[in-house]
Amino acid sequence: MAEPAIDIENLTKDYPYGFLQLKKRRSLENLTMQVQAGEVFGFLGPNGAGKSTTIKLLMRLIFPTAGSARILGKPLSDIAMHRDIGYLPEQPYFYDYLTAEELLDYFARFHDFSAEDRRERVQRMLKRVGLESAGRIQLRKYSKGMLQRVGLAQAILHDPAVVVLDEPMSGLDPVGRREVRDIILELKKQGKTVLFSTHILTDAEMLCDRVGVIVGGKLQGVGAPSELVGLKTQGMEILFELPASGATAGDLLAQATRTGDRYRLQIEESGLYVAMEQLHTAGARIMSVTQVKPSLEEYFMHLVAADRAQAAAVEVRTK
Amino acid sequence: MTRVGTVALNTFREAVRDRVLYNLVFFALVMIATAILVGQISVGIEQIVIVTLGLSAISIIGLLISVFIGVGLVSKEIEKRTLYALLAKPLRRWEFIFGKFAGLALTLTVNTAAMSVGLFLALFYVKHSIERADTAVLVAVYFILLKLTLVVALAMLFSCFTTPLLAILFTAGLYIAGLFVHEMRHMQAGTIDPALGGLLRGISYVLPNFENFDVMGAAAHGRVISGMLIAQNTIYAALYCAIVLAVAMAIFSQRNLK
Repeated sequence: MAEPAIDIENLTKDYPYGFLQLKKRRSLENLTMQVQAGEVFGFLGPNGAGKSTTIKLLMRLIFPTAGSARILGKPLSDIAMHRDIGYLPEQPYFYDYLTAEELLDYFARFHDFSAEDRRERVQRMLKRVGLESAGRIQLRKYSKGMLQRVGLAQAILHDPAVVVLDEPMSGLDPVGRREVRDIILELKKQGKTVLFSTHILTDAEMLCDRVGVIVGGKLQGVGAPSELVGLKTQGMEILFELPASGATAGDLLAQATRTGDRYRLQIEESGLYVAMEQLHTAGARIMSVTQVKPSLEEYFMHLVAADRAQAAAVEVRTK
Repeated sequence: MTRVGTVALNTFREAVRDRVLYNLVFFALVMIATAILVGQISVGIEQIVIVTLGLSAISIIGLLISVFIGVGLVSKEIEKRTLYALLAKPLRRWEFIFGKFAGLALTLTVNTAAMSVGLFLALFYVKHSIERADTAVLVAVYFILLKLTLVVALAMLFSCFTTPLLAILFTAGLYIAGLFVHEMRHMQAGTIDPALGGLLRGISYVLPNFENFDVMGAAAHGRVISGMLIAQNTIYAALYCAIVLAVAMAIFSQRNLK
């Protein structure tokens, strides 16, 4: 099997606190996971779960209490490895006295590109993130969303093999979110490995080959979104409209939820054909029939609730 | 070294675009104009007054820039998190520290040079000539620059492990203590407990000796400053800066950025 693009082993991080910094709060506990080359991996978790801590550890912005990690087979201390990674920090903030062009040119210099190459890359990236007309404006005049786009541009400016994005959709309007999603999908098409953290589950479901869910500093599950939530359906949902004379579908109507002219009916899979027959007899117009599956959000909320319940139980025991 | 140069040039660009810097330079020019004015009403001692006031202005403005911008070089980057994206690039932490130091040293050099031009213009205005003896003023400016780079190194060291406010206090404290190194070494016997005297003497050798860089009196009176002192001060500043920066780099290399 090919070497994973990101290989994390028992990564643990404690933060000291208190006046003398003698007490320790565990932010990440024995995290072990791999991100395979070429996959889009979503790192999910509520605020304070340990997502950003993990990413900061990978970027060597903080150092682990225990454990280790490798990117592209190289230890994190290997500075040459940084030529092949791109990183977008959470809520990025850049030198506000620079223009976007100057900032990107500044970052490009660390990759030893020629002046001509830098100029070409900077213009290409600005166009790619929709900032070609704002390239000569100082960043202090940029909105949060524009800064996020500049952040994304600097992360992929040098065509890295691994792209790590910390909350890339944060602060973006729907158009901006769509554009970021397109960029992530484009990176995947190019064979890049993308690790991104988010707490927006629809983004993860839409983009990720696999996701890892972290709650309370502990990894709770890793896998394809469909694997994690399970393939077993929770029933069937029928969406239908009923003519004024269709009162004979009495039983079913009592179970259905009405929104405007439409009814939404959720039933057991085994009772589908009987219900369809009854609706047909009542003259209903069937709009759609879909399987009801648990969503990633339900799975996620279940894990968060379980973690909170466990934390509460520990608190009660220690009192 | 290219990466160090890239960080240094960006630091210089930041300082140039920072309006506070222009205000300080403006203040220095006002000081020099005042020197001319005071020089005109100080019959016979114009040169002494102009050189003393001019060099004092260069020194004070330089110290303000060194301490406040020096402390902010690292702490502002951490606080505003501009450092995060930067350290993900192929840039070592020591290269960042050295680049920042070099950038501010370059800024100080340009500022000091600009203010020195002002000082020499003031001298020329009063004396209608620049003499060979005035090279002592140039040497005094050079010593001020050495002193300032040492202060920047200290400010950066403290900002690597403490809050900006404490870093300013520590740097200012060390600077003031460094002005009394000679007194600490030569406490008269009988005025102080011998053990305490020994301790003070020991500390005085560790403290940066800022007294050595003060040749304002000699420059004002047009006295020659020896080549030996120039070499000695240059080597001293270079070595002291190297040690302080090495410690700063070692601390910063292990620092967790929150």
